[in-house]
Amino acid sequence: MALLSKKDANLILDPLSDNNPITIQVLGICSALAITAELKASIVMSVSVLFVMGMGNVVISLMRNIIPSKIRIIVQLVVVATLVIIVDQVLKAFAYELSKTLSVFVGLIITNCIIMGRFEAFALANGTWRSFLDGIGNAAGYGIILVIIGFFRELLGSGTLLGYKVLGDPIAKTGLYAIGYENNGFMLLSPMALIVVGLIIWVQRSRNKDLIEEN
Amino acid sequence: MLEHVELFFKSIFIDNMVFATFLGMCSYLAVSKRVATAVGLGAAVIFVLAVTVPLNWLLDQYLLRDGALAWLGPEYADYNLGFLSFILFIATIATMVQLVEIVVEKFSPALYNSLGIFLPLIAVNCAILGGSLFMQSRDIQTLGLAFNYGLSSGIGWFLAILAIAAIREKIRYSNVPAPLRGLGITFIITGLMAIGFMSFGGMLTGGDEAAQEEVPTTAQKEKEDKISEEANENTVSFNNAIKNKN
Repeated sequence: MALLSKKDANLILDPLSDNNPITIQVLGICSALAITAELKASIVMSVSVLFVMGMGNVVISLMRNIIPSKIRIIVQLVVVATLVIIVDQVLKAFAYELSKTLSVFVGLIITNCIIMGRFEAFALANGTWRSFLDGIGNAAGYGIILVIIGFFRELLGSGTLLGYKVLGDPIAKTGLYAIGYENNGFMLLSPMALIVVGLIIWVQRSRNKDLIEEN
Repeated sequence: MLEHVELFFKSIFIDNMVFATFLGMCSYLAVSKRVATAVGLGAAVIFVLAVTVPLNWLLDQYLLRDGALAWLGPEYADYNLGFLSFILFIATIATMVQLVEIVVEKFSPALYNSLGIFLPLIAVNCAILGGSLFMQSRDIQTLGLAFNYGLSSGIGWFLAILAIAAIREKIRYSNVPAPLRGLGITFIITGLMAIGFMSFGGMLTGGDEAAQEEVPTTAQKEKEDKISEEANENTVSFNNAIKNKN
């Protein structure tokens, strides 16, 4: 890419696969699981995190030389909380139904460990542009897992995608339902989110043997 | 009294922080390799939740919610500072954690040695902020109930991390497929445990309907947000689906 040097491009590409925040670094699981029963909620959550992380990394990176290290956690929390309040208010104003579905999990972006983790590990030590890329990359890595989980849970659980009945109508018995297919309501229940993540980890680590952990 | 007992068991088993709402998963996964450390972190979480939830309840009641400033005088009754709750809650939590750390270090070095290293971790544990946010969205009525809610959610979290740590200590000797080792199998086990915990949902939803109507929390339950009810609702619809099939 002409726009980005190779090193900068890796900041975005690494978290998408081999250094994924959710499946490898195990950060930010909390919100990832609770809201993924629908694809739409997953996408909105990913975009919110993308905004908060991109902006937050920039702000922290700009302030990195003037934050006393003793109180940096509180400074970071205040920066994130401010950004999250913006997201929350925007959601409440323009997508009220969705903000009801996400409920407290928008607020919980504040304690999303990815954000604090990236502030600590990257933004406090690097320049603004690189921090921005790092934030975007990690948020995208988080988002991609959310979208995958949301896709499978909504498709298998309610037979829809973004609300469209892609598999046919379960009541009128059209499409797949005509030949006796049934929705697996279990996919909508919260435990299945954990199991789907487990399976994603399984697939990912089978493809890349370097990621396998010691027992 | 009855509402206290109900809230206590509900928060531990039915609305378990880890298994029903996935709060505090990060530290749950990271610190559950050994039982001893898991117990330390679990105890710290109980402690901090029991302190911060009542504190944030007071903040919510007398500062943040719609009309909360009425005690200052009638001209303040129209203010709604609800949008500030995230920032105030997290500030309270971060300050309390710091304060508790200093106090414990001064007065009980033994306790500090066992809990101390976990306290800073807890400031950014989603379970703590989640406790306060759920306290707010579920509209908990009194200070006593808020304390009860904090304490029992903490105990629920403690139970969960204790259980997974015990399982992980044992599973080290099992022959898990290589790509699933560590994180993968932990996720799947947690999922299975969550399915197990769902069966507790029947204690309130599938039980005696007449008794449920007497319970004073039905009105407040309606106010709960969609997602927090999801587990319960789904259990009901799941139970109904099974009933229909039979």
